[in-house]
Amino acid sequence: MGKKPFVHPYIPNSVPEIREEMLKAVGAKNIEELYMEIPEQLRFRGKMNLPEPILSEYELKRHVEDILSKNTSCKEYLNFLGAGCWQHYVPAVVDEIVNRAEFVTAYCGDTYSDLGKFQTRFEFYSMMGELLNMDVVTEPAYDWGTTAGLSIRMASRITGRNQVLIAATVGSDRLLQIKNLCQPPVMDNHITVNLVDYELKSGLMDLHNLKNKISDKTAAIYFENPSYLGFIEEQGEEISRIAKEHGALCIVGVDPISLGVLAPPADYGADIVCGENQPLGIHMLCGGGQAGFIAFRDEEAYVAECPLQLYSITETRKEGQFGYVEVRSEKTSYGARDKGKDWVGTSSGLWTIGAAVYLALMGPQGMREIGETIIQNANYARQKIGEIEGLKVYFKNTFKEFVVNYDGTGKTAAEINQALEAFQIFGGKDLTGEFPELGQSALCCVTEIHRKRDIDKLVMALKEVLKK
Amino acid sequence: MKNYKLRDYHGASWDEPLIMEVGNKGERGIIPPWADQEIREAVGDAAGLMPGPMLRKSELKLPELSQYHVLQHYLRLSQETMGMDLGADIGEGTCTMKYSSKMHELLVRADKFCQLHPLQPEKYLQGVLEIAYKFEQFLKEISGMHQFTFQPGGGSHATYTNACVVRKYHESREELKQRNEMITTIFSHPCDAATPATAGFKVITLMPDENGYPDLEALKAIVSERTAGIMFTNPEDTGIFNPKVAEYVKIVHDVGGLCFYDQANANGILGIARAFDAGFDACHFNLHKTFSSPHGCEGPATGAYGVRKELAGFLPVPVVGFDGEQYFLDYDRSDSIGKVRSFFGNLECVLRSYAWVMNMGEEGLRMVAETAVLNNNYLDKLLLEIKGVSRPYAEGKRRLEQARYSLEKLKEDTGVGSEDIRRRIIDFGIQGYWLSHHPWIVPEPFTPEPCETYSKKDIEYWAAAMAQTIKEAHEDPGYVMNSPYGQPIRGIKDYSAIDDPEKWAMTWRAYKRKFRNK
Repeated sequence: MGKKPFVHPYIPNSVPEIREEMLKAVGAKNIEELYMEIPEQLRFRGKMNLPEPILSEYELKRHVEDILSKNTSCKEYLNFLGAGCWQHYVPAVVDEIVNRAEFVTAYCGDTYSDLGKFQTRFEFYSMMGELLNMDVVTEPAYDWGTTAGLSIRMASRITGRNQVLIAATVGSDRLLQIKNLCQPPVMDNHITVNLVDYELKSGLMDLHNLKNKISDKTAAIYFENPSYLGFIEEQGEEISRIAKEHGALCIVGVDPISLGVLAPPADYGADIVCGENQPLGIHMLCGGGQAGFIAFRDEEAYVAECPLQLYSITETRKEGQFGYVEVRSEKTSYGARDKGKDWVGTSSGLWTIGAAVYLALMGPQGMREIGETIIQNANYARQKIGEIEGLKVYFKNTFKEFVVNYDGTGKTAAEINQALEAFQIFGGKDLTGEFPELGQSALCCVTEIHRKRDIDKLVMALKEVLKK
Repeated sequence: MKNYKLRDYHGASWDEPLIMEVGNKGERGIIPPWADQEIREAVGDAAGLMPGPMLRKSELKLPELSQYHVLQHYLRLSQETMGMDLGADIGEGTCTMKYSSKMHELLVRADKFCQLHPLQPEKYLQGVLEIAYKFEQFLKEISGMHQFTFQPGGGSHATYTNACVVRKYHESREELKQRNEMITTIFSHPCDAATPATAGFKVITLMPDENGYPDLEALKAIVSERTAGIMFTNPEDTGIFNPKVAEYVKIVHDVGGLCFYDQANANGILGIARAFDAGFDACHFNLHKTFSSPHGCEGPATGAYGVRKELAGFLPVPVVGFDGEQYFLDYDRSDSIGKVRSFFGNLECVLRSYAWVMNMGEEGLRMVAETAVLNNNYLDKLLLEIKGVSRPYAEGKRRLEQARYSLEKLKEDTGVGSEDIRRRIIDFGIQGYWLSHHPWIVPEPFTPEPCETYSKKDIEYWAAAMAQTIKEAHEDPGYVMNSPYGQPIRGIKDYSAIDDPEKWAMTWRAYKRKFRNK
């Protein structure tokens, strides 16, 4: 660059003549004068140890691409990892819309200047409402774990109780998020988290254990469908009945891509439903595609305790035309700071747009068919893997994930996964640290993106690995 | 002020029906892959593989449209969304609406990033881990802090993370029961009050003194052995840098509390002042603001949260490490608060931010900060020339990257308030501005932030649009109150949906049930 003045393409007013003109206009001799309020002892006069800038767009792109080329993606390797972030097909139309500059660069514009943003969001709430059979769907939060924790806190406020029962099959990371939101025991408003045992054979909640643990202090029971470990908790109706008998709420976390085939939790008694939008047309993005939702019946007590933003459709002054308004914004942290219901903030808004397009493309037929494909593919994989000598497949049934146990092979899950890499396969998530009672096990994920030859390749690779 | 010819902007107006109201039964937008025939033969019907009572019984009433019509519908809705690429977003103070490089979007969309699963073995994530690690080193230089996490999925999530770290710190010292008070200031973002409350703290809010600074004497009076910490920002929403910030920090430190610097808005101080040097224990940066990741209709976002060495052990797991050859994920941290979000957070924001800093370098970052402040001082001068605009507090002191103004006088004189002006200025082809969080300490507020993206002419245009709107308010208040005129919809007829359970409808099915008896 030499001594040439630094003019950056993203900074029009880096042109020296313009700066001089502006400085003159504001009555300052130099930029330094504008910082006169910062006392000298707080001024940073050192040099930041940053690399020399790469100014040309081309070279910068090459530089970052060179670094990214050190990654191996799930397009190169066959992927059987899921566990909260799932590889599904993203339709081209979804990418077309979420990459529109209008949506990518919009933020807080209102219902007039950003009508399209509000309408798309409302369509998302409405389509999710159909999928979930619920009348109220919130703006997104960061991910499923956040919405599970916030739902539990909602239930605690609604019932005035401070204990929650959680199915022990919930993943450990999600549980850590929930526990953070429930606060440590020494705090006054701590919510006690107790896990409900599961039957080792089926994965289903041990109802006897549930009945022993539930009391009139229980705010809610939380379980998931399909569960983190992949099976369907088929006792939903019974669990919600037990909850209601004790005045507790039933909260169900759900993977929405299952709901073209499986019953929405509301149909078996869920009071609050939460879950993850990522399966609905959002790329994995190394975990950057997550977005959680909360849904519930249209009841004032729930609306009043919901921390996330809610928007209503409403009529404009022109007949038949609609606009959108925020419902009870004064109860959010924006409206009431520490007196509000938990907090809201920028989280994962663009994925609402993507999920809306996805649901509109899929329609009722697409959602049913994709659920069917996932179930058939996953159950085929389950069957074939279960036939391999030394391997066992756990639990009663499978939506898109299932637990494979390696105890009979003399090898650890880590060793087997490592050996699968030679076949360019990412094996299922190693569960040994998370669920020690399951021995050497992995959580294998199969979706609609897998073809028979992909599953057969995994089966072949496993057989090869076990021979050695 | 120069006489600017203001645009007679008309937003795209497609009068687009709701997608639930269009299409035809049987139409479809896409065919998902079906299971291979041999698989279907091997396992049979999907329904037969699921427990019968758990099958969906109710009809799924999703829209049924061909692909062309889905695309067309959402393209139209995108056109009815302004986006800062189209309309200068100078008005959204505290949000730093800066230009986001289009090249960065190509990097995010590349298979080498977007097709990564976060649980892949480390050796297959070396590229993305390298980016995260190196960008963390940049933030350490910029803030002076020792270690960062990118797990928080937004600025408020970073302040929540801080509340959890402060909690764990006092818990580890067995003082949590006693230290249950968190202090913040009224001009700090609401999340600085709300997130510690969610974390279980009693929140105490400092009000401003006559100069707009958080009241130092009041702080001295409220700190005690119950103080867990303080969470505040500087400059606050008013844009006034608090020169005594180190004194606030010392007062809280002296009683054993921790100090968090909310740097959602660091755009005016990059390379100019550092959180560490003012004595703070922790800080955060919004990568979707200061570091150019786009706002995306409110996310995906990242609140990069950093701490001093003494607090590093409390960060959520995993953190990214480097052994000289390989990048790795470090889960072995016994004091960690655990998780605040699944996986690693929104690494797409980190990727863009890395590229942005690599493009700027040290000189560029300072240029960003200085230009943001220069732009704001320039806008400030233009706005204060407009009759009816005032800027409370700290008379004669310069604001940094943003400022809070009041239209109180205009409201008194004409009945037209800040919300009316906000609605009208969009008719000139610029985005509506940010008023203020609640409560409105400054009456009839507005809070612009003309960051480095905007040209001198953009700033002059924005001020001219404000001047014109305020002139209209003086001449014909009703005209402004009835605005906007160039947007896809006219005014809301009935605001009762905001509060009335009989009137609100958060989904179309609820609307049909309430208003169409369906």
